[in-house]
Amino acid sequence: MKIQRCKGMRDLSTAEMTVFRLVEGICRDVCSGWGYQEVRTPTIEYLHLFTSAGTLTPGMLGKVYSFLDWDGWSGERVVLRPDGTIPVARLYTESLQGRGLARLFYAANIFIFEEVGEKTRERWQCGAELIGAGSAMAEVELIALSLEVLKKLGLKGVELRLSHAGLIKALLVKLGLSPEEQNKMFDRILDGDAEALAEVSRESPEVGNTLRPFLSRKGQSPGFLRDQRALLARSVPEISPHLDDFLKTVALLDELGVKYQINIASGAGFEYYTGMIFQLFIGKEKVGGGGRYDALIPSMGGGDVPASGFALYLDRLMDLAKSEAIVGPVARRVLVRVKSGNAMKEAFKVADNLRRAGYTAELDLDGKKTDLKWVIEVQSEVPTFTLVDNVKSRRVDFETYNEVLKQMEGEGGDKDSPA
Amino acid sequence: MAIKIALPKGRLLRKTAAVLQKAAWGLDEYHSNMGFYRPRSEKFPDVLIRVFHEKDIPIQIAMGNYDLGICCLDWIEELLAKYPSSDLVKVRDLLYGEGALYVASTSVPGDLRQNGAPIRIASEYPNLAETFALRKRMSRFSIFPVWGAAEAYPPENADMVLLSAKAGEELADYGMVPVSKMLDFSAFLIANRNSWETKNLDKLVASICDTLPEVEKKATVREEVGQAGIKARKRAVKAAGDTVRLALPDGHQQQPTVDLLNRACIEVDDYPSETGNRRPKINIDGVTVKVIRPQDMPLQVANGNFDLAITGRDWLTEHLDQFPSSPVKELLDLKSSRVRIVAVVSRELSVDDTGGLRQLIAEREEPFRVASEYVNIADKYARDNHLGHYRVIPTWGATEAFLPEDADLLIENTETGRTIARHNLKIIDTLFESTGCLIGNAGTVSDSAKNRRIEALVKRLRAAVEDI
Repeated sequence: MKIQRCKGMRDLSTAEMTVFRLVEGICRDVCSGWGYQEVRTPTIEYLHLFTSAGTLTPGMLGKVYSFLDWDGWSGERVVLRPDGTIPVARLYTESLQGRGLARLFYAANIFIFEEVGEKTRERWQCGAELIGAGSAMAEVELIALSLEVLKKLGLKGVELRLSHAGLIKALLVKLGLSPEEQNKMFDRILDGDAEALAEVSRESPEVGNTLRPFLSRKGQSPGFLRDQRALLARSVPEISPHLDDFLKTVALLDELGVKYQINIASGAGFEYYTGMIFQLFIGKEKVGGGGRYDALIPSMGGGDVPASGFALYLDRLMDLAKSEAIVGPVARRVLVRVKSGNAMKEAFKVADNLRRAGYTAELDLDGKKTDLKWVIEVQSEVPTFTLVDNVKSRRVDFETYNEVLKQMEGEGGDKDSPA
Repeated sequence: MAIKIALPKGRLLRKTAAVLQKAAWGLDEYHSNMGFYRPRSEKFPDVLIRVFHEKDIPIQIAMGNYDLGICCLDWIEELLAKYPSSDLVKVRDLLYGEGALYVASTSVPGDLRQNGAPIRIASEYPNLAETFALRKRMSRFSIFPVWGAAEAYPPENADMVLLSAKAGEELADYGMVPVSKMLDFSAFLIANRNSWETKNLDKLVASICDTLPEVEKKATVREEVGQAGIKARKRAVKAAGDTVRLALPDGHQQQPTVDLLNRACIEVDDYPSETGNRRPKINIDGVTVKVIRPQDMPLQVANGNFDLAITGRDWLTEHLDQFPSSPVKELLDLKSSRVRIVAVVSRELSVDDTGGLRQLIAEREEPFRVASEYVNIADKYARDNHLGHYRVIPTWGATEAFLPEDADLLIENTETGRTIARHNLKIIDTLFESTGCLIGNAGTVSDSAKNRRIEALVKRLRAAVEDI
């Protein structure tokens, strides 16, 4: 019987892992460049971290891997991390509270049960959280940071879509829904149901007529929001503060020359969002998203700390990223072969020296033909070393390791051999 | 291949038997709850019929062990709540066995979303209870899965229960008010998805459906549950902090427990109770008694809902195998209700020990199926004995009926071994011997008066046991 991997789970092959590390490395480098520091939270958390009102939508909670662990006699369940932001907010509340501004980033796997299709149930994401800053500039920093990562990955055609959770909530109140219905509708919108808002606005014709243009139109400049404010300020005064908040961010993006599209109804994201929401698309593929979540840390007892953040979906970026664009330096590989039995110690020493010199040195274990350019054969009698060049089918003997190295360096490494 | 159908024991047996009689199935032995698990049909002699505990049927259908089954919607939804992609098709509402699932409480609860101490929900339907908690956006909750007697838990031992009742009024008898109605249910004909798509089940399905009234039942209007008209019965005042809470078992263990209490000169009024009273009075000051399922006691003691409980070592072991860090411990061997927990296979199998089992498993492709009421004991047994690629099938009694078709190994309790022999099965291993035992919480009790009471009670019971 052949043992298979668990349904919905994915192996990353050696080639995929190479791309993964490169993509992750670019995320890490860019985040570090902006002053973000890496954190890692545990894979398992208490379920109640995610069930607290205002953290995850019931739609998402219905898909978490929750179970009773060895301590589960209390009846409280634990869960495989279904989201990256909430644990980081928990970590901040638990150990960084009171330290002021924190720029944190992580690369982590999250687990979401998907019933159908090819979707994998374990996904990788890289996220940045900017905790302790409530300004529009902070939001723009995150957007610029995420765009820089995508640019460094060589990705073109990135579309930035903006919405605003506070604005959506204010509109839902205006649409005359009960608090329960408002919550449900907000969750539907966040779960990606772009039709939800249009649907209720039809049911409430009076308000609907005023709001429909706002909900259906898409804007690409602060002018759009200003027009809406002029139009709605009198009939729906409640939305003004949210519109103003949104305008500040949008105006800054304009100043920086960042292109975006405003689409209020498409606010897909997390229930913990309270302000600006952004989504990143390449073609039809969503590759990341983020937003402001000022209520999350207070709800965990972490004090009145504003925060915002984003996550990029590593699995999708791996598929999209042109590997040529992100290829890093590849170590030159050399095979070290023991020609006579008692030269083993010398072979280990040569391999060790090669590694110090920046080569990848592999010991030959099976004596089979290799497709590597360089092979160094080691024997106990002089001449101790034979350098085999498989590309030029040439063999040269040397007495010392340094001569071998010199010869290889002189030939310019093994750039014609497969990496 | 022969068509296989799973029929329910218990609450649905009588009406299911009536439907099948109307459908002229001519069943030879599907009329009582006693020990017959393999009825035959005159009309459909080729059809393989097995009788299961109702709760087992959706699992058997979803796993594909059976093509068709009859059980109530509550158990179907309980399975689907946790495993929504199960291969189970609801074929037809059979319009009998009606009831409803209610979430109930002794008082109307406040804001469920608040942070703070977890809200405790006791239920035979833990998956649906979790769905309810998530839907209500409870931020912290603990689900206590129970084997039964959920209605006995509030208000001291649970804040809410999810239970089945014929009507909301029934809850008033338990002194509770409905918080929410989760589901109206009745008996359903269900099918395995693959069988439904590939096998010819039409004759069987038609014969059952032809007996039903033509019109489908009208969908019941979702009853908004209010508090009007139903008043919560006043509960006994909350037990003082130094009161010792003792859990006594219902079911088979009642008689040996009564004998023990008699020997210890402890009087408990109305136990066993003919009226289903779960709160009998005890003649010791500072001690209260509740009657619950022995299966549920270790978890309740671990959670500090009870200080002492009389259960079986089998259920204590089951609990500790699942939660090794649990603070529950055995205080006293009551030396009653002696059974052996054994590993059982079909007599047809040429296997006599665990070594033989391992060899058998190594030679086969499909996973090895272990059926048991003791899911965690069975799991540990399979792990400890390196049974390779195995699956544990949880059952709710009548486990002998699973061999040989629907499981390969049982972990069962037996007193004499006669039931096992009668079902053409054999014992290949004894895991341990189980007797009644008194359990308590190893965590320290801060109240010294309470501690003295616990010690005094244990001492009295110990003397009674040693008296034998």
